[in-house]
Amino acid sequence: MSAPIVSLEPLTSTTTFDKLRPLAKSGGCASSSCGVSGKPDNVDPAVWGKIKDHPCFSEEAHHYFARMHVAVAPACNIQCNYCNRKYDCANESRPGVVSEKLTPDQALRKVIAVANEVPQLSVLGIAGPGDACYDWKKTKTTFEYVRKEIPDLKLCISTNGLALPDHVPELADMDVEHVTITINMVDPQVGAKIYPWIFFDQRRYTGIEAARILHERQMLGLEMLSARGILTKINSVMIPRVNDDHLIEVNKWVKERGAFLHNVMPLISDPAHGTHYGLSGQRGPNAMEMKALQDRLEGGAQLMRHCRQCRADAVGLLGEDRGQEFTLDRISGDVTYDANKREAYREVVAHERRDHVAAKSQAIGQVKAADSRKPLLFAVATRGGSRINEHFGHAEEFHVYEASSRGIGFVGHRKVELYCLGGWAEKATLGGVIAALEGIDIVLCAKIGNCPKDQLAEAGIRAIDAYSHDYIETAISALYTAEFGVQPLAATA
Amino acid sequence: MSFKIIASQCTQCGACEFECPSTAVKFKGESYVIDADKCTECEGAFDAQQCASVCPVPNTCVPA
Repeated sequence: MSAPIVSLEPLTSTTTFDKLRPLAKSGGCASSSCGVSGKPDNVDPAVWGKIKDHPCFSEEAHHYFARMHVAVAPACNIQCNYCNRKYDCANESRPGVVSEKLTPDQALRKVIAVANEVPQLSVLGIAGPGDACYDWKKTKTTFEYVRKEIPDLKLCISTNGLALPDHVPELADMDVEHVTITINMVDPQVGAKIYPWIFFDQRRYTGIEAARILHERQMLGLEMLSARGILTKINSVMIPRVNDDHLIEVNKWVKERGAFLHNVMPLISDPAHGTHYGLSGQRGPNAMEMKALQDRLEGGAQLMRHCRQCRADAVGLLGEDRGQEFTLDRISGDVTYDANKREAYREVVAHERRDHVAAKSQAIGQVKAADSRKPLLFAVATRGGSRINEHFGHAEEFHVYEASSRGIGFVGHRKVELYCLGGWAEKATLGGVIAALEGIDIVLCAKIGNCPKDQLAEAGIRAIDAYSHDYIETAISALYTAEFGVQPLAATA
Repeated sequence: MSFKIIASQCTQCGACEFECPSTAVKFKGESYVIDADKCTECEGAFDAQQCASVCPVPNTCVPA
């Protein structure tokens, strides 16, 4: 394998472009002759410009770029049955949960501290607890502060949509290019089972009337955003026997109104969370039910499959959370933004991505040419950069890819218990990992010991570390073509 | 003629503060507090008390 060997990992600890640049040495693509922007073939150039650095709006971008959320807007104007506003825990990882709420001033300091330390940072989001559009003054003030200090940081909000139509013109004025709306229904009969009440027009509404108003405001807000070219992601919580089949209808409605992405997420429901659903025994969907619904949604509004349902104060790449490194007590009083690190990182990434797109395109071509009907499922241990660069024992999740006659497609993630703890691999945990890898044909990782490798083999899973630090697609293509009797892929472009 | 907030149940979201038509709600120490002298129970302004209507926790913003 002679694919370019680059890890983006050391880039995050160096500070100048001069130091970074040699790290990005690649397999002969330095002249930029192969692809100008790193843009995948099937994406509109104008849209690509907006999503290429946003980890939530582009699966490709989430290998390189990080987001952070600041919890500055805690007030909310609706009640959802999957939310308990009293609950808060630093060890929980799910939407709406934070360990500290921030004022706009504190948020600015935190954003600067993170930007100085996390060069992958590209997006600042306000995503609860509460509603960014309802608690608008704090949202707006925070964005104005941050825009002044770090002009190139993308601003992004999540909202339930009820107050959204009131603020679309201001969002456009502030150059907010990405908005997520949580839409769980387009039928108030269904909505009444999800939302006990809303606060609108200075009064509380309940039942079908509440759901009808919410629905109308969500659709109006979505249409207004689409009319202004603001990209929208629709989050839908899949609640078995409440809105699971109905989400097909939701997908149709939002597609017709210009939604860019549809992200179906499993309901998180636990009595310990104290939510209505948790306490009433409403269960969430299992992985197979999720996949079945996602498969039925194929061909509608484009699906987001790489969501990790992060906390409302998450910091870092999507699969990691560095939020606890940046709590207020760890941020010194005076923080000044230093643009060097982020700028250097972006230059290297731009180069690296051109290289990757070319390698990926070639790899996919090879897989298609193999013309085999049999798909293979790969689970990849990666810590970013679209490369196989994580040890098997250190992986907390695997990225799942499917290779078939249609090419190579990203399927989703499988979370696993950490197998290697402090250098000692735990046998008991490996059982859990093997269970989580059900259906996987091949595991790709940077390194794996003989013992876990043998145990995986017994479970019918091949573990391969021969493609360490290669591009994911390059390795998949080589293995797939080898498997089905076609010449394996040689060096990447 | 006033409402009050049960401090131990308050999530400190602050919705009551900006909905109050009489600027009677202020954040003090650990929770939001309603100034009984300023609170009008929204009489003459709205049909329902704004703080109690928007409060996310049941039985937390109640008549004093």
